[in-house]
Amino acid sequence: MGYTLNFAAVWRSFPLLLEGLALSLALAVVAILIGCVIGLFTAFALMSKSGWLRHPARLYVTVIRNTPILVLILFTFFALPQLGVRLGKIESFVVTLAIYSGAYLAEIFRGGLLSVPHGLREAGLAIGLTEMQIRSSIIVPLMIRNVLPSLSSTLISLFKDTSLAAAIAVPELTFEARKINVETFRVIETWIVASCLYVATCSVLAALLRQVEQRLNIPR
Amino acid sequence: MELLAFFDQLWLARLPILKGVGVTVSISLLAICAGSVLGLGVGLALTYGVRPVRWLVRAYTDFIRGTPVLVLVLASYYVLSGVGLDLGPFQAGVLALAVFCSSHVGEIVRGALQSIPKGQSEAAKAIGLTFSQTFTSVLAPQALRLALPAWVNTAAEMVKASTLLSIIGVAELLLRTQELISRTFLSLEFYFFAGFLYFVINYGIERFGKYVERKTSTPS
Repeated sequence: MGYTLNFAAVWRSFPLLLEGLALSLALAVVAILIGCVIGLFTAFALMSKSGWLRHPARLYVTVIRNTPILVLILFTFFALPQLGVRLGKIESFVVTLAIYSGAYLAEIFRGGLLSVPHGLREAGLAIGLTEMQIRSSIIVPLMIRNVLPSLSSTLISLFKDTSLAAAIAVPELTFEARKINVETFRVIETWIVASCLYVATCSVLAALLRQVEQRLNIPR
Repeated sequence: MELLAFFDQLWLARLPILKGVGVTVSISLLAICAGSVLGLGVGLALTYGVRPVRWLVRAYTDFIRGTPVLVLVLASYYVLSGVGLDLGPFQAGVLALAVFCSSHVGEIVRGALQSIPKGQSEAAKAIGLTFSQTFTSVLAPQALRLALPAWVNTAAEMVKASTLLSIIGVAELLLRTQELISRTFLSLEFYFFAGFLYFVINYGIERFGKYVERKTSTPS
């Protein structure tokens, strides 16, 4: 045994870890923003009466939810260039994560849309709003408030999934930690610090999002 | 032309791919079994443990759930050898996945046990059952029914998480695929094929979960 903990090497590289953390957070936030747009359209498609919209949407959700995210990431980065789609590693990762989260968000939004009372839509029709107006100014704002808890847990799990970007050498937190690990051989310290950064960020995110939920809560 | 070359290579590589599928399945099975046993203990401790035990286990689950699986895998591979416990990549990976699985199963068990109405255990007390009798013949059967669908979902999560072991060099399906690609340069075809195999496995599990959900739901 005789391993003595020495955090000095890790502290020296701490700014690097923080930069990685910032990139991880940015990746997750951008991905969920794009994912929300994809998810919203997919959710409406899933509930559409036309099979031409419903079946492709169902296929997208089922395929993405049942494929490991690492395979999706590698596919976008290494396989799509064969079809002429050439993306940088960060862009490719964000696109993958957005498409991945879109499938999960579609299911969440669908549940949220179903929970909006039918009477509100009828009330909208009664005052002469069009179908689009009803959706954009009545149903979606209410639905967003309803699904906020699931939305925040999706953001947190996406933040954790950004660690997979290390597989295609995006310099986020896990990638930096691995680099420090290899350069300094301070194995235990590096991974303790990296995990603690992840756990702390997740807790802070969870607390912040709970605040937002309370602020936006529908008053009863 | 390209497609023929792909099928040619696929036939040549059938044995490595099958071996990869075998390793993926055994990683997932081991992780699920070990994780479920551990998770059952975690869930019981979270529900019935005395306060210090409960806090300790709560800290454990929160820490595991706040850390990305990839970080758990890397940490278990590098850190454990750092403290003198020499595990191969396979063992270290399975350990990390089992720990990850245990925190999820623990939450499922806790959720299931806590959602059983209090009247049930009060009724059991009233007719003179001991705690262990109450647990085995009143609470556990009902909790099992509630927890089973979520538990099957966790199994699908484990199959997806097993891909992360390719990063520490376990020759499961994804790493075998990557080896094939570096030999044949057919990245599009082989990543697609690997994704398809994972999809088939997980879709099977998902259908099975739906079936279990239908079977176990209390008739109303």
